[in-house]
Amino acid sequence: MARTLRILRYAALGLGAIAALLPFYYMLIGALQKKRDTGLGGLLPKPSNLTLDNLAGIDDSFSLLGALANSLIMTVGVVVCTLVFGLLAGYALAILRFRGRGLVFALVLLVQAIPFQLLMIPLYVMVVRYFGLADSYAGMILPFAINSVAVLIFRQYFLQIPREIFDAARMDGASELRILRSVAVPLVRPAILTAMLVTFIGPWNEFLWPFLVTKDQGMQPLAVSLANFSQANSTSQANPMGAVLAGACVLAVPAVVLFLLFQRHFTSANLGSAIKG
Amino acid sequence: MKSLRDSRDGTQAAGDPPRGRRPRPSTRHAPPAAAPERRIPGHRPGASRLERWLGNSPLGLVLTAPYTAYVLVVFIIPFGVGVWMAFHDYFFTAPGVSVPHPFVGFDNFTEVLGEEKTQRAFANLGLFMAINIPLTVVLALVLASALNAATHWRGFFRVAYYVPYVTASVATLAVWLFLFNGSGAVNNVLGPWAPDPSWLANKHLVMPLIAVYVTWKQLGFYILLYLAALQNVPKELHEAALTDGAGRWQAFRAVTLPAVRPVTSLVILLSIITAGQIFTEPFLLTGGGPSGASLTPALLVYQRGIEQGEPDAAAAIGLILVTGVLIIATVARRVMERD
Repeated sequence: MARTLRILRYAALGLGAIAALLPFYYMLIGALQKKRDTGLGGLLPKPSNLTLDNLAGIDDSFSLLGALANSLIMTVGVVVCTLVFGLLAGYALAILRFRGRGLVFALVLLVQAIPFQLLMIPLYVMVVRYFGLADSYAGMILPFAINSVAVLIFRQYFLQIPREIFDAARMDGASELRILRSVAVPLVRPAILTAMLVTFIGPWNEFLWPFLVTKDQGMQPLAVSLANFSQANSTSQANPMGAVLAGACVLAVPAVVLFLLFQRHFTSANLGSAIKG
Repeated sequence: MKSLRDSRDGTQAAGDPPRGRRPRPSTRHAPPAAAPERRIPGHRPGASRLERWLGNSPLGLVLTAPYTAYVLVVFIIPFGVGVWMAFHDYFFTAPGVSVPHPFVGFDNFTEVLGEEKTQRAFANLGLFMAINIPLTVVLALVLASALNAATHWRGFFRVAYYVPYVTASVATLAVWLFLFNGSGAVNNVLGPWAPDPSWLANKHLVMPLIAVYVTWKQLGFYILLYLAALQNVPKELHEAALTDGAGRWQAFRAVTLPAVRPVTSLVILLSIITAGQIFTEPFLLTGGGPSGASLTPALLVYQRGIEQGEPDAAAAIGLILVTGVLIIATVARRVMERD
C-alpha cells in the first residue's frame, strides 16, 4: 500500500517535471536545427542537422545585441529605482514615526490592488502624448519604477531588526540618513538580494508596456523585437521557426540562469511580484 | 502577499504619532526614565507645535516622498483619468489642441456592452476561468502534496516546476506556437487523431489551449504557495487520523484540505486576477482569432483603445472588466471562507 503510494507519488512528480521542461527542450532543439524537423525523430538531436545559423539569421532582421542592451537598460533601471525607492519608503514606514505614515502604508497596499488593464490606456496617453516619452528608456521604466512588493519586503525586514540598534546609533549622534546608509541597509542585504531577483524577472520578461511605448526598432527590448519578428512570420529566414526559437532561447537563458543560481532565495513568502503577472 | 501585510503594525500606524496637545513622552522607543540630556532625533521634549504635528521624525515624509509622488503619477492619476474617460466622449487629438470632452453618462458602457465582440470576449474569459482555476488548484495541490511527501529529488522537482514561471511569456509562447500549429510536433504525434481544424485555428480548442498554457506557466508559483502551507500542517494530526483508522484519502480530506484552505482561497483569488489580465497569449498566438474565439477583454481594451483610437470605449471595457473581476473575486472569497 505504502509502496504503491510512493510509486504513484513519483510518477506524478515525474510527469509534472516532464510537462514543465519538455517545451524548453523543444526550444533548444528547435533553435539548433538547420532544417525544420517536426516529426517524432526531430526531438532527438541529429549532429548533421545542428547549426548556430539561426542566431545569425535572427541578427539579420534586428540587432540582437542592441535588443539585449535595451532589455538590460530597462531592467537595470527598474531594479535600481525599486531598490532606492523601496529602501527609503520601507525604512521610513518601519522605523520612523511621522504624520501620514498610515496613509502611505495604505497607498502601498492600494497600488497592488489597481489592475493594469484600467491604467493601460490613460498611462499610454499620459506617457506617450503628454510626457512625450515614447521610444525612450524613461517611458519604458516609468510604470515599473515603484514596486510595492519591494517596499513591503523591506519594511518587513526593517521591522525585524531590534529597535535598540537604531537607538544606539542615534545616541552616538548619527543622523537618520547616516543610520539608513551605514546601519540599516547593510543589515537587510538578504532582502536586497530577494528584491533584486524578484524585480529582475518582471521587466526582463515584460511585453505589453514596452510594446506600447516603443515603435522605433532600435529602442525595443528583446521580448518586443522577438514578438514582432515572430508575428512578421520571418519569411526571409531559411528556417523561420528555428530563428524564432533561437531568439526565445536568448530571451529565456538570462532569467533561467539567474533563477538557477539563486533559486534557494525564491520562497513563497517573497514571490509577490506574481500578482502583477 | 498576505504574509507580508503585517496588519499588526498597519493599524498602529494610523493611530501614531500621538496627536494630543500635551507633549507626551514617547514610550515606544525608550522608557521615559531614560530620557536623555542629549538631543536624540525622534525624542525632542521641547519640540515645536509644527514638529509635534508632523510626528517624531518628519524625515519620514521626505523619504517616502519619491514613492508617494510616483504612486500619484503612475497609479492614482491614471486610475482617475481612466474612470473619467469611460464617462466622457474622449478621443485623441494633436498635442496642445484643446477640444471639449462632454460627459456622456453610461453611453460608452451601453455601446460596448451591445457589441457582439465584447460579449464574446467576456464569454471567452468565463470559459478560461472555468478551465484554468479548477485545473490550477487540483494540479498545484496534487504536485505540492507529492513533493511534500517525497524524500528524493525534491530540489530538482521544485526547480523544474518553477522554470516556466520565471521564463518570458514571449519565449515560452513561441514554443507552444510551434508545438501546436498545424504541422507542429503535437499533431505529428497525434497523427490521424490530430484535431481538424488544428488547435490554434479551431474555435472550440483555442481558448482551452490558452487556459492550459497559463496553468502550465503559473503552476510552479502556486505549488510553492501550497508547499509552504503543507509544511505547516502538524504531522501529528495526520498520524492521529491514520491511527484512528482513517484511510489515507480520508486523512487527506479531513486534515490536509482544511489546513490548506486559506492557501486555496488565495490561489483562486490570484488566478481570477491573472485571468482578467490575459493579453499576451491570445495576442501572440492567434491575435484573438479565429473569428473572435480567443478574444479576451484585456486584448479588446488594447484593440479599441490603441489600434482603433477609441480610448473612451476602451476605458469602459476596462472598467467593466475590473468590476467583474472584483465581484467574482469577492464571491469566491466569501464561498471559500464560509464553513
